[in-house]
Amino acid sequence: MHLAYPAVLSVLLFCTGLYGVLARRNAILVLMSVELMLNAVNLNLVAFDVWLRDALHSGQALTLFTIAIAAAEIGIGLAIVLMVYRNRGTSDIDKLRDTAEGHEPADATAPAEKAEATA
Amino acid sequence: MILAHAVTQTGNGFLSPTGVEIAFLLVGIATLAAAVLTVTTRQLVHAALWLVVALGGLAVEYLLLTAEFIAWVQVLIYVGSVVVLLLFGLMLTKAPIGRSADADSGNRPAALVVAAASATALVWVVVDAFRTTWIDLEGPAQGSTRVSGEILFRHWVLPFEALSVLLLAALVGAIVLSRKSPQDREGKN
Amino acid sequence: MTTTTLAVLVPLLPFLGAAAGLLLGRSAPGFVRPLAVLPTLAATVLAALVAVRQGGGRPISVSTQLTPTGSVPIDLALYLDGFAVLVAVLVGVVASCVQIYSTAYLRDDPRYPSYAALVSLFTSAMLLVVYSGDLMVLLVGWEIMGICSYFLVGHYWETPEARAASLKAFLVTKLGDVPFLFGLFALAVDAGTFRITGILGAVAAGALDHPTLVALLLLAGVAGKSAQFPLHTWLPDAMAGPTPVSALIHAATMVAAGVYFVARLLPVFTASAAALVVLAVMAAITMVGSALAALAQDDIKRVLAYSTIGQLGYMSGALAVGDRGAAVFHLLSHGAFKALLFLAAGVIIHAAGTNSLAAMSRMSGLAKRIPDAYWTMTIALLALVAIPPFAGFFSKEAVLVAAEHTALGESAVAPAVAGWAVLVSGLLTALLTAAYATRLWLLTFRGRGAEAPDHGRQPLAMTAVLWVLAVPSLAFGLTAGFIDDWFHGRPLQPTLTTAVLGTGVALVGGLVTYATWRHTTALAARVPMGAVAAHPEAEPAVSEAEAITSHEPVYGDIAAAPDPADPGRLLLGPLHRPAAAGFHLDAVYHALFVRPVTAGAELVRFLDREVVDTYVRGAGTGTNWLGWLVRRAQTGNVQTYLSALLAGSVVLAIAVVLVAAGV
Repeated sequence: MHLAYPAVLSVLLFCTGLYGVLARRNAILVLMSVELMLNAVNLNLVAFDVWLRDALHSGQALTLFTIAIAAAEIGIGLAIVLMVYRNRGTSDIDKLRDTAEGHEPADATAPAEKAEATA
Repeated sequence: MILAHAVTQTGNGFLSPTGVEIAFLLVGIATLAAAVLTVTTRQLVHAALWLVVALGGLAVEYLLLTAEFIAWVQVLIYVGSVVVLLLFGLMLTKAPIGRSADADSGNRPAALVVAAASATALVWVVVDAFRTTWIDLEGPAQGSTRVSGEILFRHWVLPFEALSVLLLAALVGAIVLSRKSPQDREGKN
Repeated sequence: MTTTTLAVLVPLLPFLGAAAGLLLGRSAPGFVRPLAVLPTLAATVLAALVAVRQGGGRPISVSTQLTPTGSVPIDLALYLDGFAVLVAVLVGVVASCVQIYSTAYLRDDPRYPSYAALVSLFTSAMLLVVYSGDLMVLLVGWEIMGICSYFLVGHYWETPEARAASLKAFLVTKLGDVPFLFGLFALAVDAGTFRITGILGAVAAGALDHPTLVALLLLAGVAGKSAQFPLHTWLPDAMAGPTPVSALIHAATMVAAGVYFVARLLPVFTASAAALVVLAVMAAITMVGSALAALAQDDIKRVLAYSTIGQLGYMSGALAVGDRGAAVFHLLSHGAFKALLFLAAGVIIHAAGTNSLAAMSRMSGLAKRIPDAYWTMTIALLALVAIPPFAGFFSKEAVLVAAEHTALGESAVAPAVAGWAVLVSGLLTALLTAAYATRLWLLTFRGRGAEAPDHGRQPLAMTAVLWVLAVPSLAFGLTAGFIDDWFHGRPLQPTLTTAVLGTGVALVGGLVTYATWRHTTALAARVPMGAVAAHPEAEPAVSEAEAITSHEPVYGDIAAAPDPADPGRLLLGPLHRPAAAGFHLDAVYHALFVRPVTAGAELVRFLDREVVDTYVRGAGTGTNWLGWLVRRAQTGNVQTYLSALLAGSVVLAIAVVLVAAGV
């Protein structure tokens, strides 16, 4: 099999994930796109591992590690998103603009309201 | 000239694909389509479901590349747990069911440009570099469970153990982060 | 100890005293007075010892070189000739008297420690100038004197007059010092050395390429320091300083430094006839003009200041006719009696509570209150007027005789025109000097009206000093017979012609003034005027500072008073007003220099504010706008940032690939 097939597929998946990260509004959808990108990398690793016939199978081992790390990442990421949602009442990335120039600190009542709403 | 020469030498032209190649191509198209739908659909839950399709497709591709252990791990972990987690996350953040008009942010045109540019650049580079490279899939499967187990516990034990610590840390971190703060609990009471 | 060691100690002792006084002034106030008086006294004794040992013999010239200083070497050199040792004695005596006088005059002044230290430093610098055998070392002392004068004139810096006067004194003397410095360098380049002996040798060998230029440049510095026309205007204003400072710096010593300098380097000046003529004309204008101005002044110290300028003019005149013996002789006697005049004026100002002659002329019994000042001032005024046998007679006659010799062509050193200028103006000035001295004496001590206020007994430290200085004022002239040996010059005895002429015009001046005074004094009773500052308990300096400050508000002018009873007014007629204002030279300078400089400053200010600042502000505003623009990019949206980051990465990656592919 030509190496170009898995490599090109991997590139396209990666760029699709990239587009998702940059264009999606919902933080969980952004996390999904990140998963896509990670998987694209995994595909690349496996393909090259097979092509090179590496005695240590570094590509496959790394793929396994990546999968495990991705699982950890998704767990932490979701926890963070949930916390942000609890505090701000939204998980839309483009509404989280605390670092913008001239941003006023959110008034103290807003988190409390959201907490009640969550409850 | 070089290309033509290489093709005639190896005899593996793009115009005379093998069966594995055809299968890989078809599954790849499906996977890519599912991925594109994942990042473009306006229904959030559908995005998660399309992600399942894409990840499953990738598992098939792994199989076609003779990495069967990774394919099953892919199915187990991604399709089985990660997507379930994502769905729970969607539910917990009260994601709207059905079509939502504002699933994409205002950054969409820029994202499209950047993604298209990087895709073009990367495809160009990759094709330019590997158009004549041939993967020999003959012989014993390179990613069977036995092989994977052997290399993992013979050569990669230390990273494997370190990874377990990482997973533990992630577990604890996730718990700490998702716990409600004492204030919130009081407000609840 | 050798004479050289003694001579080194002479400037060193007051310097150490000044340093110790400045260091200990705050922590040990009890030591300030001994530290001020004792080193100066010791230096005086040593200077006298040096003078005796040198004895008018061959000049002692020693030098040591600390470090090589390039093409023209600078040595620490002493050059002790008859002039140097005698002038050093004068400086020591006057400085000691002034230090003793100041202990009483400024007894309660909080700034007395620094004042005394500065006077000591000044004394040290003057002695350095006197003894130095190297022009660069001399310049060091010269400039230290200038800065000390600046600080001491500004001693009452709370008053605007003192501030303005100190600044003016400093700037005007510096105006002269710049060409002076150029002159020194030109001289040293021509002669190849800064040593006085070397320069004199070079002059004798005719090695000077531009004698006129060098002499004129040096004359500018001399005119600034010695208050000669046209740079004399700082001296009357410098009277805003305390009286002892005026006595030491602005009468006896510092202003004489310029004359002394020319006397030392006289061969350089006689090498150029043009420079001598310039010096003679300068001296003539200075003499006559200052005598006229002195006749119109109301402030007693300003009268004395103009008198000082005039007497310095005599010395310059003597130098212009090439007779340094006469010049230094007059310098010595003038130093003694002018210091006495100033110190006595300090006593008078304290006793009368005013520095205005108009106010004093409406006071009776001032002479009885301060008999010491009365008698010593009379002696000093007689010396000033050059009545035989007082000191001034002999020294002034020496000048006139020298001028006569030159004018009649008996001396080939200087052109005859210089001699005539000095002789005529000298005689005219003798007349005027007698007039203003008589006026001063009559207005001060022969006033009619209310009894003078009682300011208590004058301190012994002040009155005793007057008598000490009265001795040389009386008797110094009698040394004329043998002092000329010290100068290795022409005999200094008076000749009959000039003696009769000089004394005659002096008597005429005095008598005419007396007659005028008799005529005008009746008016005094009709026009009451004057303001008196009475502080019987306080130190004398307080009265003086108050008198200086109040003069302008009371009389409408710092120099003159609208007093119809003033004999000077009648004598001068229409000249009175310009004379009182120093012939409006200050106004001319104001129009010529001050106003252009102010206009230039305004222009610079405008350029700075409106042009330069526009760029500065523009830079600030531009940066602000740029910041505003760049701030737009900071949206807070992470996706935007990431997009930009990745776009940049893609561009870079493509660029790298293209470069690697060699496109």
